[in-house]
Amino acid sequence: MDLLPALETGFGFWNPLIWLGVFAVALVIAYLIWTFGESGYKRGTEQTKPFISGNPEPAKGEVHLGGGHLYWGFTEALRGYYDRVVPLHTGVLNDYLLWFFGIAAFLILIVGLI
Amino acid sequence: MIGDFVIQHAPALLIAVPMLAAFATPLVGRLGGAARNAWVLAAMAATSVIGVMLAYDVYTTGTLIYTFGAAAPDAAVPMDSGGIPVRIIFTVDAMSAFMVIITAISGFAVLLYSMASESRASGRDGFYALYLLLIVGILGMVCTGDLFNFFVFLEIASLAGAALVAFRIDKGVAVEAGLKYAVISTIGGLFILFAIALLYGQYDALNIAVIASRMQFTVLDEIALVLLLSALAMKAGAVPMHFWTPDAYSMAPSSITALLVVASQASLYGVFRVVFTLYSVTLDYAVIGWIVIVLGVLSMFVGVTMALVQKDVKRLMAYHAVSQTGYMLLGLGVGLAVLGQPAALESFGLVAMEGGIFHIINHAMYKGLLFLTAGAIIYRTGARSLDKLGGLGHSMKWTMVFFIIGALAIAGVPPFNGFASKLLIYESVFLFNPILSIIAMVVSILTLASFVKVFHAIFMGPRQPEYAEVEEAPVPMLIGMGVLAAVVIAFGFAPQLVVDAIVAPAAAALANQGSYIAAVLGGV
Amino acid sequence: MYFDLPFIAAAVIATIGIITMLFRRNLVKMIMGLSLVESSVNLFLVSLGYRTGAIAPIFTNAPSVRMAMPTVQAMTLTNIVIGIATTALLLSLAMVIYRKYGTVNADDVRKLRG
Repeated sequence: MDLLPALETGFGFWNPLIWLGVFAVALVIAYLIWTFGESGYKRGTEQTKPFISGNPEPAKGEVHLGGGHLYWGFTEALRGYYDRVVPLHTGVLNDYLLWFFGIAAFLILIVGLI
Repeated sequence: MIGDFVIQHAPALLIAVPMLAAFATPLVGRLGGAARNAWVLAAMAATSVIGVMLAYDVYTTGTLIYTFGAAAPDAAVPMDSGGIPVRIIFTVDAMSAFMVIITAISGFAVLLYSMASESRASGRDGFYALYLLLIVGILGMVCTGDLFNFFVFLEIASLAGAALVAFRIDKGVAVEAGLKYAVISTIGGLFILFAIALLYGQYDALNIAVIASRMQFTVLDEIALVLLLSALAMKAGAVPMHFWTPDAYSMAPSSITALLVVASQASLYGVFRVVFTLYSVTLDYAVIGWIVIVLGVLSMFVGVTMALVQKDVKRLMAYHAVSQTGYMLLGLGVGLAVLGQPAALESFGLVAMEGGIFHIINHAMYKGLLFLTAGAIIYRTGARSLDKLGGLGHSMKWTMVFFIIGALAIAGVPPFNGFASKLLIYESVFLFNPILSIIAMVVSILTLASFVKVFHAIFMGPRQPEYAEVEEAPVPMLIGMGVLAAVVIAFGFAPQLVVDAIVAPAAAALANQGSYIAAVLGGV
Repeated sequence: MYFDLPFIAAAVIATIGIITMLFRRNLVKMIMGLSLVESSVNLFLVSLGYRTGAIAPIFTNAPSVRMAMPTVQAMTLTNIVIGIATTALLLSLAMVIYRKYGTVNADDVRKLRG
């Protein structure tokens, strides 16, 4: 344990070796559970094909879900936030400079007043 | 013999070797591509070795000063100058050495990677010359103990960086990003120069230690502080001055993006050097600390939420770079906010600073790794939109492994290095203000969510017909990624060793302004 | 006062430059504004080093009177050199943008946004 001492955070500690041990135990348990399963899986039969209500499976390229579709619900729920923040990134150089000067002026005000 | 010489003059050689090599690169390039590649690799390897030797020296013997043009490198104050160090002095303390280590590791790994990633491109003589100049700028910024010198190296890094961003014109879009980056970093540089002029006008000195020892915190000093703080925070990519970051990071060649991350962190180092060493407790540490904290929290939150909706893989990662910078600002900001309260500093301030500093090196490693994997994917497929990519896990297995390592590390999943530094930040910031800590954790979760999306979009799914011919990335690219991945894993498994060896001394060096001044001016 | 004039001039030039950068949409004019800010910083630096009745800081056969500070002059020279490099780089980038986009209007040069 001296080789890899725990990370003292002042509040608790963190030791990757203990974590790794727990992780290994969890893997073993998972394996044991897995061995209790049915072994009826046969390769190359109807079993391995996706079942889409009896319809034929479409070509692989057509069913892939692109990354842009993920988290649609999340962004939809936060629409009020995104509708304000995304348009701020206008891409116009003048706006970039305005933000920079604005923040500098704002900080001068804060530091000067306090 | 030669080892002694190198150790004695390491700070000078650290700048001189890459700079001379950079200007010789176009000449060597006349001999052919292989000669040039060998030359650049040798120069970068030498620089990295000198950097690591210098850092080792600093960590074992304490702050090192190097006076240019003096009879002896440690003769900072000439006899007849009336106690003013008139020469340019490099002051390499533990924090500088820490940044040198980051630059040495990333610089070398990224260069190896770029040997393959740039192999199909033209104009490589200029590319590698600029690459080495960017290294010079970063190393100079973190080593120098002279404010004007800092400005000069900042400009070197900005110019080289902007030129590299625009290097592959890419129908003009990369040039657009380069122009934005160049304009905004130039105006930032001018702000810094103006602040330096204000300080010089009052204290008749450019040396950081001298100014720090005479600091009065007058109204002019306040203005100088704000100018330095805003310009350097902008260069580091803090929200809401981050707009250039996604543009520049996404359009630069991937190898350069990984290095731009380090360049941004050199600016971040500038922020910390200014507030901790130049001003220290003379400034209103609670207010400035809270300003840094607010910048950090804004960066974390806006960065990660903007990343969630991106469709371009590199632009997404660039927003994550903004978000991760927020963690460093948060950690160091908490340290700054309690700088004048020894009890609080002792109980959680130093730990927060250690977390922030540890996060700097972790971020440079895993973010560099992620940008390199993105570069490998773009190199093989030519596509960068998450909507178009898919199913690459079948053909690019090693790249996928490296991506998983980087993604888990950035999301703070144990046992990778990102978790260790984030844990330090969470627990210490929780003692300071629980709400900040909770925001930091939520941001981490969103980071994981966002990278799950990237992982799904790029690697999962059935093999796509248009990428049927895609092969694994070339070996030099894999080696470059492998070096960074190895560091990520090693730091994850031995966090306390790293913290004790390089992070804690760096945090102590920042918190202790007196030792920095004493190193230059003698034990006053 | 006479000796405040250079500082006032520097402030005026900087203001003109910053306003130009914020409100002109032409990239080339924004670069001009940047150059103005740079000149104002140079002017500020040089006037910092001046003392009433001072001579140029050349020590050979110098009469023993006050001399202007040479450090700021060296800094100004360095900044002029850096400024030339920056302006050249910026203008060449603007030139490439004009070739590829057909415009240098900041409102149109915004393919990167969001």
